[in-house]
Amino acid sequence: MKAKSLISVLVLVAGSIGLSACGEVPQVTTYEQGKYQGKADAQPWDNPTFKGDKAAWEKAVKNRARNQHEYNRIQ
Amino acid sequence: MGRMKFLCDAERCIECNGCVTACKNENEVPWGVNRRRVVTMNDGVPGERSISVACMHCSDAPCMAVCPTNCFYKTEEGVVLHDKDLCIGCGYCFFACPFGAPQFPNGPAAFGDRGKMDKCTFCAGGPEETGSKAEYEKYGSNRIAEGKLPACAEMCSTKALLAGDSSTVSDIFRDRVLRRGKGLEAWGWMTAYGSGDQQREQKREREGQK
Repeated sequence: MKAKSLISVLVLVAGSIGLSACGEVPQVTTYEQGKYQGKADAQPWDNPTFKGDKAAWEKAVKNRARNQHEYNRIQ
Repeated sequence: MGRMKFLCDAERCIECNGCVTACKNENEVPWGVNRRRVVTMNDGVPGERSISVACMHCSDAPCMAVCPTNCFYKTEEGVVLHDKDLCIGCGYCFFACPFGAPQFPNGPAAFGDRGKMDKCTFCAGGPEETGSKAEYEKYGSNRIAEGKLPACAEMCSTKALLAGDSSTVSDIFRDRVLRRGKGLEAWGWMTAYGSGDQQREQKREREGQK
């Protein structure tokens, strides 16, 4: 009786050790580039001020940026 | 149009915090959040240098890379913006950003109680109808759509903080540096951040080598 239970315990232990790696799956993550999931935004020139004229908007912003250079303003 | 960028000239910044105030006022930023702040190096030492820091609108933005809800997008002009309706307030962008740009106002969000992330928008609003109340309340002013530049740069009294298309901004800075007539020490770490004493010592060393 004692020997029988010892054998069953040994079989259980051997079985659990033998099967321990069977459920292993690769754990290396592959990075996937995300894609914006939110709402679409309007272009800055698509409004009543610029009426969709991209060139006019670019000119306005560029003039504004150049005006930060005080040497240009005093010469 | 290339890419919209900020550039702070440390030789000119006088740490007046006018840019911080202008941003706060223009965008009605909530309590506890500063989209822009002035950082001073060698504070209290003669020759201390200050620079104004906010979102740098990175060309390869780490906040965009780590966001689990993909709420970030980049506009055609290179401005990094995000959709607050998607933000869950996880804080990953805060940890990823080397400039500490993402700020959290404390409040309800899907994840913890940080609230939805808030950051500099280059005064370009966000993904709501241009000039609408919703856009202003969520993201602040949309000056870019009015053909203007960010309020911080336009408010800067010494014009240390420049904003605009990167080629225009770098042209202005290049011209300034040439006019300073410093020669070799016109560029580099010491000129940007070094104290007056350190710069004088460097000059003495160089002259001693001749």
